[in-house]
Amino acid sequence: MTELLAALREAFPDVACSVALGQAELTVPRERIRDVARELRARGFRLLLDITAVDRMGERPRFEVVYHLYHLELSDWLRLKVRVDSERPELPSVTGIFPAANWPERECYDMFGIRFTGHPDLRRILMPDDWEGHPLRKDYPLPGLRPLPPLVHPQPEGG
Amino acid sequence: MGVEHPPLLFTTLGRLESWARANSLWPAQFGLACCAIEMMATAASRFDLARFGAEVMRASPRQADVMIVAGRVCQKMAPVLRELYDQMPEPKWVIAMGVCASNGGVFQNYAVVQGVDRIVPVDVYTPGCPPTPEGLIEGVLQLQKKIRSGGRPLAPAMPQPTEVAGA
Repeated sequence: MTELLAALREAFPDVACSVALGQAELTVPRERIRDVARELRARGFRLLLDITAVDRMGERPRFEVVYHLYHLELSDWLRLKVRVDSERPELPSVTGIFPAANWPERECYDMFGIRFTGHPDLRRILMPDDWEGHPLRKDYPLPGLRPLPPLVHPQPEGG
Repeated sequence: MGVEHPPLLFTTLGRLESWARANSLWPAQFGLACCAIEMMATAASRFDLARFGAEVMRASPRQADVMIVAGRVCQKMAPVLRELYDQMPEPKWVIAMGVCASNGGVFQNYAVVQGVDRIVPVDVYTPGCPPTPEGLIEGVLQLQKKIRSGGRPLAPAMPQPTEVAGA
């Protein structure tokens, strides 16, 4: 862990690098996400496990996009964070570096409305295509935005 | 004799028809969640739904006349459920198995349909989370009772040839 942290600090002198919850953690500005991802992949973090986001409503910037990477030789995890604001919730896609980023980025877009520029097919993945809103945002109402449809009753006899 | 008492003859035929339908239900399996496990157990040897003539689970709606909705239906699944229901030949019935299919159950949120009775007409609601196999069998028995008592139209509501010709 310490050697890894030293190597990361050497590779990215301008990036905040720390250890949190037993994992190395990098917080990068959104312009640098592709560079950092490419460099990390070259240094052995070849497995992208997940991309998700956190809605820190009330803070600025509001959203925190989290990437989980895994080093197959060192058996070690790395957390990569990018903060994006709610006025322009977008950041570059890493699908060109990690093909596995395709669906997680779509999920992140579907649930949080964060746009990944350069994504080959940024559509909703979980909710129906005509859905309104992004359900995992903190200001999304739990019952949804649409009223309940009316009940369908069985037809009466002879109907 | 039939000419002298036509109403009697008609009623008897209707009863015969209901009796035949009630004792030969072909369920369309619509296993969506944990309720499907109980539905499988219901159809398997221990509980043996075949005792009540409803063991022929069909994977195609076109060969089924009762849809057992076993599990919560998410919003994305709702149009699929309706389409499969529409593909079932008349007469047809629906059993909402478990609380999720009945009213959304614990999933009171945006993603889950709050009861399949907002998509298709439900004839029998089966309580439980999930219902035991005995619970589902009771639901089937209630449906049979409903069919025998003529609770649903005996003939499909389709335009008759004469009406089409006269139009």
